Amino acid sequence: MPTDGSNESGAVRWPRADNTRVPYHIFDDGEVHAREQARVFQGPCWQFVCLAQEVAGPGEWKNTFVGETPVVVVRDETGGLNAFENRCVHKGALVCLADRGRAEHFTCVYHNWTYDLAGRLKSVAFRRGVKGIGGMEDSFRLEDHRLRPLRVRELCGLVFATFDDDAGELEDYIGPEITARLRRVLNRPTRILGYHSQYLANNWKLYIENVKDTYHAGLLHLFFATFKLNRLASEGGVVVSECGGNHASYSRRRTIHADAEYDSSTLRAARDDYALADPRLLDSVDEFGDGINVQILTIFPNFVLQQVENSIAVRQVLPKGTEETELLWTVLGYEDDDEDMTEMRLRQANLIGPAGYVSLEDGAVGGFVQRGVKGAGDAASVIEMGGAGDASQESRVTEASVRGFWRAWRRMMGD
Amino acid sequence: MDTRLQARLALEDLNARYVDCLDQGRFEGWPDFFTEDAVYKIISAENHEQGLPLGVIDCRGRAMMRDRITALRDANIFEDHRYRHIVSTPLVRRAADDEVWAETNYQVTRIMRDGSAMLFSLGRYLDRLTGAGEDMRFAERLVVFDNKRIDTLLVIPL
Repeated sequence: MPTDGSNESGAVRWPRADNTRVPYHIFDDGEVHAREQARVFQGPCWQFVCLAQEVAGPGEWKNTFVGETPVVVVRDETGGLNAFENRCVHKGALVCLADRGRAEHFTCVYHNWTYDLAGRLKSVAFRRGVKGIGGMEDSFRLEDHRLRPLRVRELCGLVFATFDDDAGELEDYIGPEITARLRRVLNRPTRILGYHSQYLANNWKLYIENVKDTYHAGLLHLFFATFKLNRLASEGGVVVSECGGNHASYSRRRTIHADAEYDSSTLRAARDDYALADPRLLDSVDEFGDGINVQILTIFPNFVLQQVENSIAVRQVLPKGTEETELLWTVLGYEDDDEDMTEMRLRQANLIGPAGYVSLEDGAVGGFVQRGVKGAGDAASVIEMGGAGDASQESRVTEASVRGFWRAWRRMMGD
Repeated sequence: MDTRLQARLALEDLNARYVDCLDQGRFEGWPDFFTEDAVYKIISAENHEQGLPLGVIDCRGRAMMRDRITALRDANIFEDHRYRHIVSTPLVRRAADDEVWAETNYQVTRIMRDGSAMLFSLGRYLDRLTGAGEDMRFAERLVVFDNKRIDTLLVIPL
């Protein structure tokens, strides 16, 4: 039942026309969740599904999700990419069961219905019955049935898919400023260093809010301050796309081991006695040549690209019911990395992921909100840092990109 | 007593002291179970089996382990919780005079402040050890966890 007293099932009653107030029931209302699956995840948005290199050769496929819908991405014989729902047209069983594989065709184990690499139905077991008895009516046509397809596009080695023909073209959807910042990091062939899967006890939107919230970074994540490793007010900013839903935040750090400078700084005095026993953790290089040491980028609704020093990762944020989320990290290096560079990235990987020095709090804080908003009724959060709008800002003490997310979400939900 | 049996008994004792240290929250003592330049790495079976090097925690040397504990105590923010480890009898793969290779299965239950307990991690310790008897130390402890998905966060070593 809607908790907001509105007429439409799952509709949200927004306290204000702007996006400075987000009603808390949005995070635990099952009807909002169902409507969101239809309007956002199956709506006109491009969603990251895998890396192109994970389905490099003909017939290679990967299981993934678009929202909560199981989807398979596969490379066909001609090198093209296809994606379709992982759901047999006969009785709805999963057609692909493993995480990844290579196939010439797909066969549902339940009744042996078979599909080609484009998801077209190619055969139905015992279609003509046995000795002319049983089987399908003559009117049944294979070509009337296929696994529900998605449109697929590739950009910088990332594969995106959408159920909706109205999503437009991918680069237009991302916007020129954010596309440029995506290209900045994914500027050459990558190499997968490994995966993390993290399960969060909160609605997926709370994780996205957290990623877009540059305001929390220096407050919740005490690691850098504790070990005197970060400037309190480093240069940086937030870029928000025209649609509001995509963003990139960035910061610059002039030097990394400038201990003398920090000693005279205004960092919290109580922590002055701490230093890393092994400072190699933060050895890094300015590999993009622009002095930006952290860049966090999102593409609406649920894609994150992270550069924290030389730690590069993509994150796929998958809703698992109203109050749970799976966060899938694919941690990257580049094909041209030498052994030392790979070692450096692996050391820096201690900063990120489920046990990351500067990210582990993010696994918990969404749950604190999820539990905190129980019984909140029509109460709403107060999102006013940096004003009420969502224009790009030359400061990270702002919640502009969070408001931008809600603007994009409201538009897609029709609120 | 043959070398393998001696190694097994020494590792059983080491494992018992190791899990006691972690489960009782005496984290500062944890790096002492390792040699100075030891590797301690928590890695999913998924990554490990694909030959992918990424770990959840990846410490090269005891100094990095000490940094983990300092951060746990003074920097990182998380809800209070504790572990209870159950470990199997070690399987000694190879025992030479100066080095032992062994595997031990483990399960870790995580107990939260509100009393809820869940099977948090299970898998194998893949160990390379040096020293004998009470002087045995981990030169490498690879924690290969089977349950790919980490609930919320991981901050206390396994």
